[in-house]
Amino acid sequence: MTTRAQILRVLPYALLLALALVPQVYPAAQVLLTLALAKSLAVLGVIVLLQAGQVSFGHALFFAIAAYAAAFLGNSMGGGEIVLSLVLGTVCSAAVALVVGVFIVRYRHIFFGMLNLALSMIFFSFLEKFYHVTGGSDGLSVARPRVLGMALERGPFELVLFYGTLGLVIGALVLTHRFLSSPVGQMMRAIKTNEVRLEYLGVSARNVLLAGYVLSAALCGLGGVLMSTAQGIVTPEYAWWVRSGEFVFIAILGGAGSVGGAVVGTLAYEAVKTYAAAFAADIWQMILGVVLLVVILFAPNGLIGLFRSWTRRIGSAPERTGDRAGDRVGAGE
Amino acid sequence: MNAQLVALAVFDGISYAALVFLVAVGLTLVFGVLRVLNVAHGSFYALGAYATASVGGAIFAAGYAPWLAFPLMLLAAVLIGVLVGGPIEKFLLGRIYELEDVLQILVTFAVFMILEDVQRLIWGGQPFFEATALNQLGTVTVFGITYTVYQLIFLPVVAIVVLIGLRLGLRRTLTGRLITAVTEDREAAVTIGIDVERIYLITFIIGASLAAFGGALASATTSVVPGMGADMIVLSFAVVATAGLGQIEGAAVTALLIGLGRSFAVYLWPELEVLIPYIIMFGVLLVRPSGLFGTVQARKI
Amino acid sequence: MKTLMIASAMAVALAAGSAAAAEKPDEIRLGITAFLTGPASVFGEPAKAAAEMMIEEMNAEGGIGGVPVSATFVDEGAGGEALLAEYRRLVEDVDVDAMFASISSGNCTKVGPLAEDLKVLNIMWDCGTQRIFEENDFRYSFRTQANATPEMLATVLYLLKTKPDFKTIAVVNQDYAWGRDSWAIFSTALKQLKPDVEVVAEFFPKFGAPDFSTEISRLQALRPDVILSTSWGGDLDTFVRQAAQRGLTNNSTLVLPLAESSLERLGDALPEGHIVGTRGDHYFLHPEKTGNEDFDAFVAAFKEKTGAYPIYPVFHMSQALAAIKAAYEKAIAANGGDWPSREQVVDAMAGLTFAGLGRDVTIREDNQGVEDQLLGTTMHSDDYDFALLGDMMMFDGDAVTTPVGQISADWLKTLSPDFVESVQVETFN
Repeated sequence: MTTRAQILRVLPYALLLALALVPQVYPAAQVLLTLALAKSLAVLGVIVLLQAGQVSFGHALFFAIAAYAAAFLGNSMGGGEIVLSLVLGTVCSAAVALVVGVFIVRYRHIFFGMLNLALSMIFFSFLEKFYHVTGGSDGLSVARPRVLGMALERGPFELVLFYGTLGLVIGALVLTHRFLSSPVGQMMRAIKTNEVRLEYLGVSARNVLLAGYVLSAALCGLGGVLMSTAQGIVTPEYAWWVRSGEFVFIAILGGAGSVGGAVVGTLAYEAVKTYAAAFAADIWQMILGVVLLVVILFAPNGLIGLFRSWTRRIGSAPERTGDRAGDRVGAGE
Repeated sequence: MNAQLVALAVFDGISYAALVFLVAVGLTLVFGVLRVLNVAHGSFYALGAYATASVGGAIFAAGYAPWLAFPLMLLAAVLIGVLVGGPIEKFLLGRIYELEDVLQILVTFAVFMILEDVQRLIWGGQPFFEATALNQLGTVTVFGITYTVYQLIFLPVVAIVVLIGLRLGLRRTLTGRLITAVTEDREAAVTIGIDVERIYLITFIIGASLAAFGGALASATTSVVPGMGADMIVLSFAVVATAGLGQIEGAAVTALLIGLGRSFAVYLWPELEVLIPYIIMFGVLLVRPSGLFGTVQARKI
Repeated sequence: MKTLMIASAMAVALAAGSAAAAEKPDEIRLGITAFLTGPASVFGEPAKAAAEMMIEEMNAEGGIGGVPVSATFVDEGAGGEALLAEYRRLVEDVDVDAMFASISSGNCTKVGPLAEDLKVLNIMWDCGTQRIFEENDFRYSFRTQANATPEMLATVLYLLKTKPDFKTIAVVNQDYAWGRDSWAIFSTALKQLKPDVEVVAEFFPKFGAPDFSTEISRLQALRPDVILSTSWGGDLDTFVRQAAQRGLTNNSTLVLPLAESSLERLGDALPEGHIVGTRGDHYFLHPEKTGNEDFDAFVAAFKEKTGAYPIYPVFHMSQALAAIKAAYEKAIAANGGDWPSREQVVDAMAGLTFAGLGRDVTIREDNQGVEDQLLGTTMHSDDYDFALLGDMMMFDGDAVTTPVGQISADWLKTLSPDFVESVQVETFN
């Protein structure tokens, strides 16, 4: 085997192992990582749609729907049960995506993005306006749920949440990778390259995109529930367009071509944002903007793409032919 | 709701629509030619407002004649367009026209984030307010309700002048015709020897100046605060998408629709006010997928 | 892990009783959250400048108990996640001695339980929601100023004392928790104290709305005697300017409980005869403090440094700093002159009385500060090119603050019209 293949094979596992050890090695970062991992699920949702060449500037909608659904459920049950919250939140997001998706998958490109934006802004305004139900801009606090019936203290709960989130992210990565490798996933990519040809083959591009849309919404929903549980609060800001933009931003940063980009991108993004906010409180937005510009201009395939080209350089020549295909999906799979 | 209140709501709607149109028309013009949806458009709006309010505040405090407020607005708008918009197109957007839509939008998103902080570094967090222009024009009383002439008459007139000016400019002037040619068919324009890069630059400067002009005009009626650009950009997106991308007259009609919808909401059901633009956009796009005035593009095989 | 170790160390220290002396640190580290970006930076920026000036002065005079003070600032504008992450980092990694958090009530609500978990002294230095200590029982969080209930109740009292015969009122508040909550308190109190008032319109334009033209048209048609707005920052400035430009201020009296923070910016746009609140007794021409050497020197130095006169967040910051100084000194004294543990400092906060730039503030047993409330009516003077406060009244903080253990919404409903006369008030001219 070549060096490149070895590195590619080992690195994801090394990264996961490093993540799994964080609570023992550097406990201060544990909660931040939980939040980052939760967000990476939503980014993964955005990446699914990017395979079809479609970008949603309103996916925070599904993030917020699930988070609010879980908050209402939890608060009505005096804390509730985390497993139930996760299932209910994800199902709510997927169900809404199925209904609005029927309309939205008829649109492409800018209009696809704008319709999603409009929907998320309607929901955002609704959350802010209907103060007596949603708590307005202060949002709802989310009581600490039980875990499989057990009421945990903060410390153990946060640890469970961290490993639970990590497990769910790994599961979601595997599942999404499988989906994208499946015939439906291949057809999604055909929407990006040549949709009309797909239709000539007798395939309904709309149904294919709808499947991807519901999956991406479910991933966002899962992330939303985890985020609100980790934070103990859910606010309308969950549905704000800047957050949707952030998901797309991270997807590009990590590398929209592969599912691994979601995790790598989010970790890098949160690290930059946290340290920028801590050490350059005045200009953290500017720093993020410059990072984004540099990535797009000089590394359009994101961090994963950078890593690939690096391993390619140190790898052997025959590997080169596989690169184009490899750029599309998955690091190391 | 009686006839008087309907009239009042119409007045309020029109004056709001005028400002929204001025900003949105720049966005739609830029999209029509460059095919880039420019998130940083909102920053130009904010920069125009900041420049006018801060410079205006300084020169009027120094005792200069108040009528200077009007030329100042134009000057600020053109300067922002040329000095900020120009380099952004030339050195940044110029490099990304070959990239996917998503990446282009994200580049403008990055510019937006950077400009947000630039504004704060220059002008700080305190609100600016400079209403000399508005005070110059005085007030007028209609149905027992006092309006400022600036909002009720001046802004709508400016909007109409800009609309007609743009239309005539695109039809009658050489540059306008070149812009139209590039909008219609970029490849054909290149083959007949049009300097497309120059047209892009000019269009972007005009678009950015229009946004800055909108901000300059708004600065007389509203506090200039951090974050004002972010709100405006989403609203402009709604106008542009509802109208149909690249549709100048469409933007005017849509702005009016949103302005009226909003003011009637304040009279009838205030809680609905903020939802109006998005509801209109969503409703229109469901019925007409390319917007009110948009045309369906031919699909490539 | 670290938290656990600190917690157990503290448990040991507690078990050993007050005789235990902690080692005297090199410095007392504070973490201060404030909006440095976004619309609320109108409050965060002056407060930050004030904190830097006051800490510098404090250190020049020997710090607290001989130990210098240092502060790290956190931007609330970066959003809830970043704030909570940074809060943890400051407590766990930088090991701050106390946190000052925060300006936003939403952030105070988020930070309260976290401070309990991290066992860090948390001074809620500016946020106003009355819910914090009515719905929670915190050990580590204290509020060194009043809350929304006394602020609104004092406003109602001032209105009823200066304009007892008004019949109609309308409200234009920002559409977020503060705008809604403050109106709920104000309207509940008003209904109890003057049951015959009619509410003719309720507007909640969105936060950061750039234009109130339509609302103003409607208000002109309705002609209410009084218009309440608890808005602040750019929103309040825009509303007042547009209202003044269109003559609304000639027919209706504006009641603006937060306008003290906008007076200088508004310049001559805010006409005479409108009611302005100060969220406490916060005013750069404080009727009792002007003439006091330290007060005047600070106001002049602040104006010199920032170009503006101090506004209420500056006063709030001075109170939080005064409180922490007083708490340390009280804990040192209680510890027989030895340096106190952090838990002992928390203990010392209970019942503490301290004074920042304004009058004395006392921390009650529910950790809520009791602060007198100053309001006035705008008037113009030749000495300043913006509106000043005339006909000032100071309301006794004890009388207008919800009693310990009660919920504001319920307590307000027990008031009756004769409450207006029962509250002790001092007037200044």
